[in-house]
Amino acid sequence: MEGKTGIISRLMREASFFDQPLAPRCRLAILIGVLALIPALFFPLWHMTFRSNQYPDGLSLHIYASQLEGGKTPQRDDLREINALNHYIGMRPLLESDFSEFTWLPFAIGGLALLALRATVIGKMSNLIDVFVLFAYFGLYSFWSFYHRLYLYGHNLDPTAAIKVAPFTPPLIGTQVVGNFTVNSYPGLASYALVTFAVMLTAAILLSWKSAKAQKQ
Amino acid sequence: MNAIIEKYGKTRLAWLGAGALFTLILSLTVVSCNKAPSAEELGGAAESAVASYVAPGDTDEYYLFYSGGHSGNVYVAGVPSMRHISTIPVFAPYPATGYGFDAESKKMLGDYTWGDVHHPAISETKGDYDGRWLFVNDNGNNRIARIDLRDFKTKQILGPVPNVSGFHGGSFVTPNTEYVLAASRFSVPLPKGTVAPIEEYATKYSGVVSGIKVDPASGEMSVGFQVLTPPFNWDLGDAGKGPSDGWAFWTSYNTERATGKLEVTSTQKDRDYIAAVNWKAAEKAVAEGKADTISGVKVIDPKKVEGVIYLIPCSKSPHGVDVSPDGKYFIGSGKLQSITTAYNVEKMLTAIQKKDFSGNEDGIPVLNYDSVKDAEVNVGLGPLHTQFDDQGYAYTSLFVESAVAKWKLGTWEVADKIPVSYNIGHLATAEGDTVNPDGKYLIALNKLSHGRHLNVGPSQPESSQLINISGEKMKLVYDAFTEPEPHYAQIIKADKLKPIEVYPKEENKNPNAVWDVKDTKVERNGNAVTVKMIAVRSTLEPTKIEVNQGDKVTIYITNIEQTTDELHGFGLGEYNINVVIDPGETKTIEFVADKPGIFPYYCTNFCSALHQEMQGYLLVKPGGSLAAVKAPK
Repeated sequence: MEGKTGIISRLMREASFFDQPLAPRCRLAILIGVLALIPALFFPLWHMTFRSNQYPDGLSLHIYASQLEGGKTPQRDDLREINALNHYIGMRPLLESDFSEFTWLPFAIGGLALLALRATVIGKMSNLIDVFVLFAYFGLYSFWSFYHRLYLYGHNLDPTAAIKVAPFTPPLIGTQVVGNFTVNSYPGLASYALVTFAVMLTAAILLSWKSAKAQKQ
Repeated sequence: MNAIIEKYGKTRLAWLGAGALFTLILSLTVVSCNKAPSAEELGGAAESAVASYVAPGDTDEYYLFYSGGHSGNVYVAGVPSMRHISTIPVFAPYPATGYGFDAESKKMLGDYTWGDVHHPAISETKGDYDGRWLFVNDNGNNRIARIDLRDFKTKQILGPVPNVSGFHGGSFVTPNTEYVLAASRFSVPLPKGTVAPIEEYATKYSGVVSGIKVDPASGEMSVGFQVLTPPFNWDLGDAGKGPSDGWAFWTSYNTERATGKLEVTSTQKDRDYIAAVNWKAAEKAVAEGKADTISGVKVIDPKKVEGVIYLIPCSKSPHGVDVSPDGKYFIGSGKLQSITTAYNVEKMLTAIQKKDFSGNEDGIPVLNYDSVKDAEVNVGLGPLHTQFDDQGYAYTSLFVESAVAKWKLGTWEVADKIPVSYNIGHLATAEGDTVNPDGKYLIALNKLSHGRHLNVGPSQPESSQLINISGEKMKLVYDAFTEPEPHYAQIIKADKLKPIEVYPKEENKNPNAVWDVKDTKVERNGNAVTVKMIAVRSTLEPTKIEVNQGDKVTIYITNIEQTTDELHGFGLGEYNINVVIDPGETKTIEFVADKPGIFPYYCTNFCSALHQEMQGYLLVKPGGSLAAVKAPK
């Protein structure tokens, strides 16, 4: 049995691990991960649907890296409709201009992609780990930020609203009943793309480690 | 077991068992008696019910547009359910949709508060419905209107059309909607405004038939041509197609040129006429400057221009003249006879070419009846109007007999007949006046319902009966009761129409539209007050308008919703104003604030949970420019 500290101290001892060049198949894995980031820019990160008797097809909201989009048919503009309904409980209208995320999110994703590409070219384990750590930080922060947004929308309700509801946090993931609406919140294709990126980076690290071990023996 | 038998005795137990069995049988019988009758048991009734059944939430296969006669409206229903879905106001104000209360529709209506909607016609491309527009004529005040089928709204009212008196003989579109054909029912001295003694009716009064030109892109109507005729009463018409393309047909009665009690005076001759008008020749004559101008309209005088109009004898007092889908025949029915006549277009053209004439009326050649007719079909008493199916059958309504006759084109045999309730006028079959009828459904537009419905007092509705014509025998499927008065209808496959449900914000080019509460305003300029208002769930902003008595108030109200069915109204009590604004629409309200006081305005079209709270106040302060004349006592 070897403890975690054991692994790290061993890595530290063998500093050569961080300087270790990445094997071609590791570079390929990173490249695939980078390619997976492309759809993350163009497809929704998250979906929310609001169903009720009056809206059997559901009102829908799609959150992209760079914009907020409601379902839109010739019969209905969902974002407009969601805001029209939310005003009754005193919720602030969802305005794209209120989301600073839309300015930095695509930039951050692009930055991560560049760093990952750098790792494939320079091809050192340390570069790869840098990207991985940054990405983990980025992912967790975004997740928290999204949750915080939902919290703020559900808690900063206008006290003069016609319908008084107890402050609430719309679901980050899963289903919740709010008034006559069943709200369903779930990740979109772009989120899966980000997960793919993370999986590919992890795979690259593990593969490198394995080959390093094999070389040692 | 033995112990039980011992305790109660065998006989008693047997009785108990028999009793239980009897009860069981009895209860089963009762249950089976209470069960709803099966489809087999219902037979024809179940079949009819299924034939017109459209489940809740499902939509119909066809749209039915039927004229609302002197209500001035067009009604929209679904076929086969026959459910009335919507009313399109055309020639009369209609508070339910705010039509005739806003500046835009008021301008279209002029000072008229009624119209007599007669024959709706859907625009055509290559002789088939294209679903772009619906035209209807006003037999009362001589107008013709265009409804846009994109939003089911009246977009243009042309008229009163000059020289026309009783715009009855329309609306019939040519195969590519080049013209909407319509003719004058009454004859008057021309130009209108001239008075000639009624005794000089035969010589001083004139009839006209008209071609209303339609702009192919915008649908905008204008008077293309008129043809001057003797003072006959023009009744109904149809446009030629295929081999008869370029021709328009109209029936006439009172070719006696009589006045007084027309019931007698106009029915003395055995035959009246069908006019065949070469509209392409008429168009050419106008282009070549051969037409006269009467009241600003190009009118062709047949005495001066040959080859535009011919008359064909038809059994007396005819109503409909209908061109077969292949365009080879036109069917004319004398409403006092028992036959309908099928005329052959090719024979007509030959007779014209050979000048096979039997007379003339004021210079208009009359073709030889026997040279042009192909058959006289013994359909029954009082044939009025004929429509067609996809199997080569024609269906003729029989007013006097209260029936519909089904007969075969070409063999001229009557195949079937069905009684209707009662006194059928027009009939309509699915796309039955196009080059490509669908068959399936026929609607008998009956004039009298004779209490086949719950008693609603002396003012009785009309009846429209749905008849299934897909089989060999016609089958009555459904009785619908309609408001006055369905003169004619169009039945179009539902998928040919693609109506919008919301006016997209991007399309609203009204310079006075505002889309945000912060842009709403009340502005004064002298004694003119302009209000830019929005309507949205659940507020009319601004919620207060202050004016001085006598101010001219203009309110531009925009419904900023972009959701289906979120209509808002603006009702202003005691100022006689009610406007309904559809999602994305801007309407203009104009009035003079001549009554002082506080006048609440509110949303009249139920919209939301807080609809009742959707209101504001108009404050009209006494004084102002009208104070001197209208001071409250």
